[in-house]
Amino acid sequence: MEYLVFYLFAAVSVAAGVLVVVQKRAMYGALSLIVCFGAMAGLFFQLGAQFIAAIQVIVYAGAIMVLFVFVIMLVDPESEIYPSSRLRHISMFAIPLAVLLVFLLIQAFPDFLGYGVGTRASVNQGRVEDIARSLFTDYVIPFEVTSILILVAILGAIVLARRSD
Amino acid sequence: MVPTAHYLVLSAILFAIGVVGVLTRRNVISMFMSIELMLNAVNLAFLAFSRHLNQLDGQIFVFFVMTVAAAEAAVGLALIVVLSRRKQTLDVDEVNEMKW
Repeated sequence: MEYLVFYLFAAVSVAAGVLVVVQKRAMYGALSLIVCFGAMAGLFFQLGAQFIAAIQVIVYAGAIMVLFVFVIMLVDPESEIYPSSRLRHISMFAIPLAVLLVFLLIQAFPDFLGYGVGTRASVNQGRVEDIARSLFTDYVIPFEVTSILILVAILGAIVLARRSD
Repeated sequence: MVPTAHYLVLSAILFAIGVVGVLTRRNVISMFMSIELMLNAVNLAFLAFSRHLNQLDGQIFVFFVMTVAAAEAAVGLALIVVLSRRKQTLDVDEVNEMKW
């Protein structure tokens, strides 16, 4: 059953990921990416990261992708890839290289992964409480720095996108 | 329980799909979406290792990756808006003044 759920979500996320790359229109790509992120949220949940799965749906599939869709609508609703012979050349090299990359990454996995499946103790369940406890004790300084980063990003986005007239 | 290696292979495949997207697409927005896909693939690997090693730190890292990705998306999309306003194009091959 668990395998069935895993392979279902994995198939959906890979299929949607491929669609992101092959879709001619950026808008269809964005919608495929939302499907991909939704499937990955399911995988995150299966990995015991409940809070991260919720964040994935709210922040990624919600906020970030809405921003993408807004910008695609604003910039060029008809935006399409411009087919050229050069592009086909690049694809010819890119796809074998990508397959090679997958094999190299798999090769790089440590050997112990094949055998032991870490036993999940009941302490670390990825609930909001566990995440919050770790975030506000061990990781409190990175957390505060992140808030400054987001503030800077907001200011940067406003300054960049403002009309200069 | 699904073995950790399965998640890592899936993560590698999704990352490679993102790489192909960045290499082949010439539309800025499509390239940007491929980068988001790669970030998510790495998040999946982080969570798989987090479960494998039975530590919460991987999930904290994913949290930070997501916040940085949100900031990156905001700034990057603002740049794309400016680009399309200045150049009337989204094709990266036409924006190569810093290349030569």
